Amino acid sequence: MIAINVINLSKKFKKFIAIDNINFKVNDGEIFAFLGPNGAGKSTTIKMMTTISKPTTGSITIAGFNTAKEEKNVRKSIGVIFQDPTLDDDLTAYENLYYHASLYGIPKKEIKNKIEKMLDNIGLLERKDELVKKFSGGMKRRVEIARGLLHSPKILFLDEPTLGLDVQTRAFLWDQIKKINKKQKITIFFTTHNLDEAEKIATKIAIIDNGKILIEGTSKYIKKTTKTDTLENAFLKLTGYDIREQSGSNIEQMRKRFRK
Amino acid sequence: MNALTVMWHRQIKEYFRNKQRLLVTLIQPLLFLIAFGFGIGGMFEQVGNGNYIQFLIPGIVGMTILMSSTMNGMSLIWDKQFGFLKETLVAPVSRSSLLFGRCLGGATTSTIQGIIVLFLGFIMGFRIVNWFLFPICIIFMFIISLLFNLLGTSIASKFDDMQSFPIIMNVLIMPMIFISGALFPVNNFPKIIQLLIKINPFTYAVNILKFSLGVSYKINMFLSLGILILLIIILGIIGTKLFNKIET
Repeated sequence: MIAINVINLSKKFKKFIAIDNINFKVNDGEIFAFLGPNGAGKSTTIKMMTTISKPTTGSITIAGFNTAKEEKNVRKSIGVIFQDPTLDDDLTAYENLYYHASLYGIPKKEIKNKIEKMLDNIGLLERKDELVKKFSGGMKRRVEIARGLLHSPKILFLDEPTLGLDVQTRAFLWDQIKKINKKQKITIFFTTHNLDEAEKIATKIAIIDNGKILIEGTSKYIKKTTKTDTLENAFLKLTGYDIREQSGSNIEQMRKRFRK
Repeated sequence: MNALTVMWHRQIKEYFRNKQRLLVTLIQPLLFLIAFGFGIGGMFEQVGNGNYIQFLIPGIVGMTILMSSTMNGMSLIWDKQFGFLKETLVAPVSRSSLLFGRCLGGATTSTIQGIIVLFLGFIMGFRIVNWFLFPICIIFMFIISLLFNLLGTSIASKFDDMQSFPIIMNVLIMPMIFISGALFPVNNFPKIIQLLIKINPFTYAVNILKFSLGVSYKINMFLSLGILILLIIILGIIGTKLFNKIET
């Protein structure tokens, strides 16, 4: 079965073409890494795949559902961990998960058990009644992973999940992801700038730049085709050495404004 | 709990958790209450317009509701900035339930604020003439709160940053308060402003509050109520459209 099927997908913002007619497939049970420099179009693609934004042309099928026409079914089938934190800081860890469970229609009787099991998995059960704003970045990420998995999605999207995390949390996180992929057969789709991580974990890799997919396949295949010895070298060979400018996330933009 | 109740619940919970906001939103009406109550009261009564506190309190209650309701739009911008909005946007729920859940939650807290200010009015000497109308007064407060929550949240859906939204809202709200008959009678305004008074939704809000608190009012109560409910429906439709368009 095909978990994700992207066909002739394009996204335009006014005159700027963010995604330029891309095609790729992710099979069920795969761990798929979506790599590219800043501004290549990774987040834009994830936003379209997760129904937050609509394609200009082309289509995306997620778990058999069209993202533009069957939004609700798509949303039920996916868990999303965004690049920027999306927890409600003024709620406790438990409340964050509770509201999530309610939004996804998990029966009330099952909610408490499920949440406690999830929080136990990430080692935060004892701190379930603390406000999230008191948590460290790593703890917040763990809560987000638990939340993303709470409604048993078929596909988990992670947009740069390890950004800014310490080595321990990163190791823990990938370990968890590998586990759920193996045990629960959840398809994983992630982006990262850490090519070592991608090489170690992903069963398949796509490299995107300037809105176009440059190559797709196993890391072995990519290295072989580009005649390089590491994924990083392959990546640099494909995307070049120019440093990219990016507008930054919401929070960063806000911080910049406050600094003025 | 469905999406609507989740958002409702959450807005109320956050409101009570944020003690500073609770205080700040009460201080402004209190200032108006004292400044106008003592400042203009004597003058008002000398001219023979009757008891000013009786005249003023429904207006101040309305003003409290108007301000806190429209400012609830801030919570949407906050959620945009801090990401929680995205979490709700990828959930398998309709955007209209997110909008109405938020606004019902905001309307609940604004109504509570309105009631608190009303009781502060008692300290200033306000008296309710007909207590049987009191439950109706609370229902009216809720209707007004819902309307202005929808207005604030719909406008907030078009804004991304925290600086411009409060400025825009102030520019919009202040004239609404001044030409509504909330703080002083508006009979003496020139013709052109009389027209603005008529198209100001807050005029009708103040009018039904005056009715329900047993204070003399100018416009037919059913007409006022009808206009407010019609506006809720219109803003509900517009707000849903705007919410459907939110892309982050």
